[in-house]
Amino acid sequence: MEHYLSLFVRTVFIENMALSFFLGMCTFLAISKQVKAALGLGIAVVVVLTITVPLNNLIYHYLLVPGALAWAGLGEVDLRFLSLISYIGVIAASVQIMEMFLDRYVPTLYNALGVFLPLITVNCAILGATLLMVERQLLFAESVVYGFGAGVGWLLAIVSLASIRERLKYSDVPEGLRGLGITFITVGLMSLGFMAFGGISL
Amino acid sequence: MAMQSSWRQRLLEPIFDNNPIALQILGICSALAVTTSLAPTVVMCVALTVVTGLSNFFVSLIRAWIPSNIRIIVQMTIISSLVIVVDEVLKASFYDISKQLSVFVGLIITNCIVMGRAEAYAMKNPPLPSLLDGIGNGLGYSILLLVVGTVRELFGSGSLFGYTVLVPVTEGGWFYPTNLFLLAPSAFFIIGLMIWGLRTWKTEQIEPTTHTLAPNTRPLVLAATAPSR
Repeated sequence: MEHYLSLFVRTVFIENMALSFFLGMCTFLAISKQVKAALGLGIAVVVVLTITVPLNNLIYHYLLVPGALAWAGLGEVDLRFLSLISYIGVIAASVQIMEMFLDRYVPTLYNALGVFLPLITVNCAILGATLLMVERQLLFAESVVYGFGAGVGWLLAIVSLASIRERLKYSDVPEGLRGLGITFITVGLMSLGFMAFGGISL
Repeated sequence: MAMQSSWRQRLLEPIFDNNPIALQILGICSALAVTTSLAPTVVMCVALTVVTGLSNFFVSLIRAWIPSNIRIIVQMTIISSLVIVVDEVLKASFYDISKQLSVFVGLIITNCIVMGRAEAYAMKNPPLPSLLDGIGNGLGYSILLLVVGTVRELFGSGSLFGYTVLVPVTEGGWFYPTNLFLLAPSAFFIIGLMIWGLRTWKTEQIEPTTHTLAPNTRPLVLAATAPSR
């Protein structure tokens, strides 16, 4: 249990998806003008990550790894070159299924998240978390915790950036730096702040 | 002649006038993560330019046959097949750099430049202009990345492509390496300042403000006559 807790804390703070790995930056910068929108997108990312990372973990361990297809008499087949295309297929499909499911059964949530769901397919945080999970050779239970933690970390980062930007729009920023420029500087400072967690060992 | 100039414009426009990173907010993730030294940066730029150009070309070739409600999946399939090819080539011929880039080669799939250009340009235009548009956008991305990579490697470790340029103090020189440039946040500052520079030059890219300062309505009181508090 302690192991999972420390994995969770490490993924949320020390190895924050957005601020130390720069994943999901495009949507991070584009959809952070208002806290409300940022929160909606963040929650959608948490949900999708918690579903897709374990799913891809299963696919990797039971289909792609050399020897995984031994039950079908294909013991020597190494399908790892298909990994990228199958991960992105899983992500795109599960986003699509989630969209249809929410539309049918939880329309209020669908209306809240609706706009952001298609955006998530191309959010690098999702594919990035999957690839990092494979690189670290996490087991199934660990991958659930990792996916959830990565999502929470991203949510935390985008909501705090959005709150800063909501205040920032009243300030008198130099002309050329207005908008995107000052956002980059702000994220840089936030990232410096998050580096303070780097020294913590669990 | 006019045809030629429009082709050149298609190729060169994304470099300064419509830069994918500085203006369109596309493809930032990898721009920040791979730029600590120059060699992986160059490899990343070449890989991305190739993928963007080819994916635009192929998407545009079959654009008339793609049903619009599954177009994202079709584009994704084309892009990820190209990325797999690039990944295998890198693993076969530049193994060290491919290890250094780790997950970021795979992340070209979700690099918004590739997807964004396929969706915004290649779906509506013939193959050759799409190819040029893809390469142009790849170059716009590359130029920004190369500048960031140069600054970070030169000031962070005093070298370029691994060759020492500024001799650091630890090896008897005069240069104190600035560790900040090797850390993650520096990339944000460098890109932020570059955007500032670019927009000072090309003023039409400045974003409008949502709020402006109201003029001061209080009467001006000279310090000598001001009531004491």
